[in-house]
Amino acid sequence: MTDFILETQHLSKAFGGIRATDDLDLQVLPGELHAVIGPNGAGKTTLISQLCGLQTPDTGAILYKGKDITNLPPYKRAHLGIARSFQITSLIMEMTVLDNVALAVQARMGSSFRFFKPARQISAIRDQAMDCLARVNLAHRADVLTHELSHGEHRHIEIAIALAAKADLMLLDEPMAGLGVEESRAMVDLLTAVKTHTTIVLIEHDMDVVFALADRISVLVYGHIIATGSPSEIRANKEVEIAYLGEESGASAC
Amino acid sequence: MDAALFIMQVLNGLQLGLLLFLVASGLTLVFGIMDFVNLAHASLYMVGAMICASVTFVVDSFLWAIVIALPLTALVGWAVERFVARKLYARDHLDQVLATFGLILVLGTSAHLIWGPQGIAVPLPEWLRGQVTLSETLILPRYRLLIIGAGLSAAGGLFWLVNYTRLGMLIRAGASNRRMASALGVNIEFLFSVVFALGAALAGLAGMLITPITEASLGMGNSIIITAFVVIIVGGIGSMKGAFIAAMLIGMIDTLGRAFLDGFFALFMSLEAAENSAPAVSAMLIYIIMAVVLAFKPAGLFPPKVR
Amino acid sequence: MGQNSYPKLTFVVLLLLAVVPPLLYVSGNPFYLDLATRLTILATAAVALNLVLGYGGLVSFGHAAYVGIGAYAVGIPGYHALYGGLESLGLATHSGFVHLALAMGISAVFAFLTGLVCLRTKGVYFIMITMAFAQMIYYAIVSIKTYGGDDGLTIDVRSEFPGISLDNPLQLFAVSYGVLLFAIVVVRTLVNSRFGMVLQGAKGNNERVIMLGYNTYAYRLTAYVISGALAGLAGALLGNFTTFISPEMMDWTRSGDLMFMVILGGVATTIGPVLGSVVFIVIEEILSSFTVYWQLPFGLLLMAVVLYGRGGLVGFFKSRSAPTKSESKP
Repeated sequence: MTDFILETQHLSKAFGGIRATDDLDLQVLPGELHAVIGPNGAGKTTLISQLCGLQTPDTGAILYKGKDITNLPPYKRAHLGIARSFQITSLIMEMTVLDNVALAVQARMGSSFRFFKPARQISAIRDQAMDCLARVNLAHRADVLTHELSHGEHRHIEIAIALAAKADLMLLDEPMAGLGVEESRAMVDLLTAVKTHTTIVLIEHDMDVVFALADRISVLVYGHIIATGSPSEIRANKEVEIAYLGEESGASAC
Repeated sequence: MDAALFIMQVLNGLQLGLLLFLVASGLTLVFGIMDFVNLAHASLYMVGAMICASVTFVVDSFLWAIVIALPLTALVGWAVERFVARKLYARDHLDQVLATFGLILVLGTSAHLIWGPQGIAVPLPEWLRGQVTLSETLILPRYRLLIIGAGLSAAGGLFWLVNYTRLGMLIRAGASNRRMASALGVNIEFLFSVVFALGAALAGLAGMLITPITEASLGMGNSIIITAFVVIIVGGIGSMKGAFIAAMLIGMIDTLGRAFLDGFFALFMSLEAAENSAPAVSAMLIYIIMAVVLAFKPAGLFPPKVR
Repeated sequence: MGQNSYPKLTFVVLLLLAVVPPLLYVSGNPFYLDLATRLTILATAAVALNLVLGYGGLVSFGHAAYVGIGAYAVGIPGYHALYGGLESLGLATHSGFVHLALAMGISAVFAFLTGLVCLRTKGVYFIMITMAFAQMIYYAIVSIKTYGGDDGLTIDVRSEFPGISLDNPLQLFAVSYGVLLFAIVVVRTLVNSRFGMVLQGAKGNNERVIMLGYNTYAYRLTAYVISGALAGLAGALLGNFTTFISPEMMDWTRSGDLMFMVILGGVATTIGPVLGSVVFIVIEEILSSFTVYWQLPFGLLLMAVVLYGRGGLVGFFKSRSAPTKSESKP
């Protein structure tokens, strides 16, 4: 049996009458970039919420490196090596770019219940944070207040934070959201560079990006995975076509 | 402890609960619909009581005074909404809290200017004095029964209003999705004014009902506002049903606690220790209940569905 | 960025505060020294509140409770020293060290217990719950007749420390000023430390910080306890200053005053709470000398500050090019 780094088994979550997650089985291989696609309202955000622990499933299990983490609180999942980037930019706007990344670095360096030494003067933290910023080409903006940066730059910071966390598993929730053509290209380049070092679960709408980056793709429809496979397999899959284009398709691929 | 005394205290608890509901309902209505925290809500309770007290002496009838004072209090509420609240809907809750904190000072001092520092005692009309004999041991003050009756009617009226009238439907629509309701042509501004004025009238009514018992005074709002907050926190901010249940719960627990806690304590500690500790503990009782509820349900017992 | 952004202003304000009132006292104007002492004490409480409010984003509307606890921590042992009782616990004493230990210790415990509950809520719930807990203590104290209930408690003997006499106004001021400096240093150090980074991050975006791996609940609770203890320290000084200790000190409206001092001055700055206290108290003094109805213009002023002021007083001293912060809903 293959060892999956992340696996969900019969995951289900309902809100009132709506089954946002419906018997969801997902398997992610270590080191791959696994994209999750699906029509609007398929339940992608709910899935991510449950994977990172901000919501608890009604039934089913989430396994990480073989361990059941279904009920583990979010801050503990970070300790296990899971990092999440948010679809809606979720940075600490009032702090500098460097501060944002430094917090991620600091989290990996033992207890932060330390009250005396000024954090910004700890070179170990600062150097690592600058390093991550350099990898996303934002080192020159380190001391700028985060709210002054563009949306595209914010998305890059999100990636820098995931890098700083040295995550074994990155959950990227629509990193392309709101990016223009140039910015998207830059993000794809960045993700291509990053994906070799880690496992990525990528939620994304932009099909070009998905087919460019993904090793495998899972298709999520009404909270349930209807197909998993390589990009070409998915492209050829009739069920997927129907799910996206409706019953009377017969038209071209997405 | 005999049954009659117990029933008396239960009725007292009921009375307190209903009055708390009248105050809390306005607070939670305004929060649920306008997302507005109004620290000065109890000032309207006080203003209503003062207006009613003054009018009682003018028209020489307590009941007519209430009839006149209610719309007047609603008017004050309307003015507060128009000139203060409206500017704060878009702000975060902290700003609302601070601004209405300042408003308490303004309303309180204005009341001081108008009515002077002394409270106003309101005498009960003849026909409301005296007692009603329900059984040979159960004799209840007539006025308390009236308060309970009035409170229940008001609660019932509110329930009917919210659930069975067009205005109520608009209120519920505005509560669940303000923008959508506005897009559908509902005059949101007008709706907000009405809701605010209604809340003011309800709080004012509570103040008016209590004055024959405790007199209308400038400081009467300051203590009840916190209890009203406890009620809506426990009930779930924005929920009418929650406010009602929490108000009854807290009214009962507070009243019964104050009356019987020392007796209860005396069951397992010395009489002296019981008498020394009971007042402090009964004073803290409703807050302890609040803490317990929040430990299990941080958003209160019946939090309304998120928008 | 983040450390003291207004070093010159801070220095000037603190220097003036240290020098002017004693000079005025020595030249025959004791009133200003009294005013300054009260101001320094309240500023200390405001600095304490700023830790959780300004830097932590936790809107505690109940901090007056800690000031009151601190004051009673002086009053109650003093009462028993005079009238007996509690000797076996060593609490019938005028010893300043005992008073301070009680003031900070009990405040810390109360902050811990209430914080456990409060910090599981957010936004407006948090505001109301902190208010409610403070009021709980108020009612509890009022119901204890031995310590004066509604009427409060007078102490005849101030806290005793070796070599210092708090009966001497200059010395009382010096101690209060020293405590203010202490509080400022504590808060600043905390805020710039690794602990402080997490706290500030959580203020900006709690969910994000949790996802990074921090149990922000624990950090906030710690900050809340420290803040409460510091406010309790201020309370002990207040009790010594006024010698009349009343439940009114912990009334929720006092908490509102403290909040205004912090916000008026500018949250999340070192000197903001001090500036805010100065302005708040000076205006209070001026207005109340004109009319007994001073709360009316005062209330209007407070409302105007909220409606039209941005960034507090400290914002006035900011350079024009700096961007204004955006407020986020709690």
